[in-house]
Amino acid sequence: MAKRIDVSALTAYYGAHKAIDGITLHVEPASVTAFIGPSGCGKSTFLRTLNRMHEVTPGGRVEGKVLLDNEDLYGQGVDPVSVRRTVGMVFQRPNPFPTMSIYDNVAAGLKLNGIKYRRSELDDIVEKNLRGANLWNEVKDRLGRPGSGLSGGQQQRLCIARATAVEPDVLLMDEPCSALDPISTLAIEDLIDKLKTEYTIVIVTHNMQQAARVSDRTAFFNLAAIGEPGRLIEVDATEKIFSNPSVQATEDYISGRFG
Amino acid sequence: MSSPSAPPPTPSPPSPMKEAGARSTTRLGDRIFSGLSKGSGIALLVIMAAIAVFLAIRAGIAIAADEGNFLTTFEWDANADPPRFGIAVLLFGTVVSSVIAMVLAVPVAVGIALFISHYAPRRLATPLAYVVDLLAAVPSIVYGLWGALYLVPRMTGPFQWLDDVLGWTGVFAYDGTPARSLMTVGLLLAVMILPIITSVTREVFLQTPKANQEAALALGATRWEVIRMTVLPFGRSGVISASMLGLGRALGETMAVATVLSPSFLINASLLESGGGTFAQNIASQFKEAGSMGRDALIASGLVLFLLTLLVNGAARLIIARRKEYSGANA
Ligand SMILES: Nc1ncnc2c1ncn2[C@@H]1O[C@H](COP(=O)(O)OP(=O)(O)O)[C@@H](O)[C@H]1O
Ligand SMILES: [Mg+2]
Repeated sequence: MAKRIDVSALTAYYGAHKAIDGITLHVEPASVTAFIGPSGCGKSTFLRTLNRMHEVTPGGRVEGKVLLDNEDLYGQGVDPVSVRRTVGMVFQRPNPFPTMSIYDNVAAGLKLNGIKYRRSELDDIVEKNLRGANLWNEVKDRLGRPGSGLSGGQQQRLCIARATAVEPDVLLMDEPCSALDPISTLAIEDLIDKLKTEYTIVIVTHNMQQAARVSDRTAFFNLAAIGEPGRLIEVDATEKIFSNPSVQATEDYISGRFG
Repeated sequence: MSSPSAPPPTPSPPSPMKEAGARSTTRLGDRIFSGLSKGSGIALLVIMAAIAVFLAIRAGIAIAADEGNFLTTFEWDANADPPRFGIAVLLFGTVVSSVIAMVLAVPVAVGIALFISHYAPRRLATPLAYVVDLLAAVPSIVYGLWGALYLVPRMTGPFQWLDDVLGWTGVFAYDGTPARSLMTVGLLLAVMILPIITSVTREVFLQTPKANQEAALALGATRWEVIRMTVLPFGRSGVISASMLGLGRALGETMAVATVLSPSFLINASLLESGGGTFAQNIASQFKEAGSMGRDALIASGLVLFLLTLLVNGAARLIIARRKEYSGANA
């Protein structure tokens, strides 16, 4: 079930260093939102605050609110482990578990929540999610082989299948195509288009065309200077951002005048 | 291998493979280095062969003269005429004490390594790792003295308890005599091999790719689940290698065992009561009084220890190689 995300006045630190400052942002359910902005402006940091992965980094600290359908992820007594089960994540570099087969990679998350699945149920879930990730036809004959034997693009789709297998409400993707060739990138973009009916998707990308192609809304982040915290400059419908942004800095960035 | 008078390589059509090959024979630095590495490789093989030949010849003399059965005789009268000796007791004692040491040390070492690598705050982890490394530097005779003077008298109580609970099995029967037994030796060996297993294991655990641990976290894994999903499988072959290093040390440990064990050429069904012996301990205890035949007999026993160690290492390599594809080395 896709859920709505409401972030208000979110600030994140690495120790004493403030990485992002006062971000307020709404993400519609079952839509794709792209985060763009120059390197170091805090896109990854912000993304990782949305599934409480930020606090895994030593010194990582967050102030502010993130509501997922009105439930505060940072509320008292909220277990970060259960947050991460509802908000899935795909990383910049494909990171399948090297010690597991393709099958076990997809099933990895299912073994965590204490529910015992029958083998036939697991088989179905694995097949469904590999199909969902447009990978089934390529791997159906070698499900028992190690996931690390796949190409980079296939590994990334395997990671997407692994993330969707636990049926999260939100899927976060941090530059999921930056380590991939153009063909694999297109395959992932097609997949995102397909997945957005079921999931709320937030994707960080350095690629303007990609943001324009896959997203419904685009958020532009920037930082005043190196060492300053990153801020949200504007967020709007993707067409608006790419044709007629309301802030000059956004236009400069998109047209390649800086960043 | 090329002699200095070899003609310079004729220029051939550019092929990257050929080019690299041609260069390595022309450049002086490369030639010296390749000579050096070849030389040391050959020297190593020669030394190994020399040791093997020496052991085999002397062992052969002794085994040929043995009046008893070299494998099954429960006796060590190598200096008698005719000599009678057999390794059964030594093989049993060596294997049993080392197995006890492994069973006790490996889980504890993995636990400590995990604690240092994944649980302890850095302020605690660094000094703790240092202390563990320091334990590896204690000479084995010191461990032996500690074992004989501290450990042995303190084992009486626990052994009594074991006897109460499990004495009916026979294996844990205890007669109350000083605990200079294979069990005490195994415990001491466990302490001795703990540091090496811990520090190697810790290093392997620390190398678990961060990306994989984050992947597990992002799926909603708890800290223990992250360890079970990524750290332990990734470190598996490292734990095996580390354990084999420890086992190698336990199998060959001499002074500590000789100091603690009260040896005899009997196999006692109870591991808690004194008696038995190990290859290395027996060699150390008997070498001084041994005549020429006695020494050859000890060498024969040393050869068996050598084979045992080779066997153990080979088995470990097999285990590691069997799942190489999944080791994470190709991630
Ligand atoms: N693990 C970390 N420890 C300390 N500072 C970090 C860490 N990761 C990122 N930062 C800092 O946080 C800021 C934002 O980084 P990041 O979120 O990675 O930006 P982006 O993804 O937009 O390139 C940068 O100034 C960066 O140096
Ligand atoms: Mg980033």
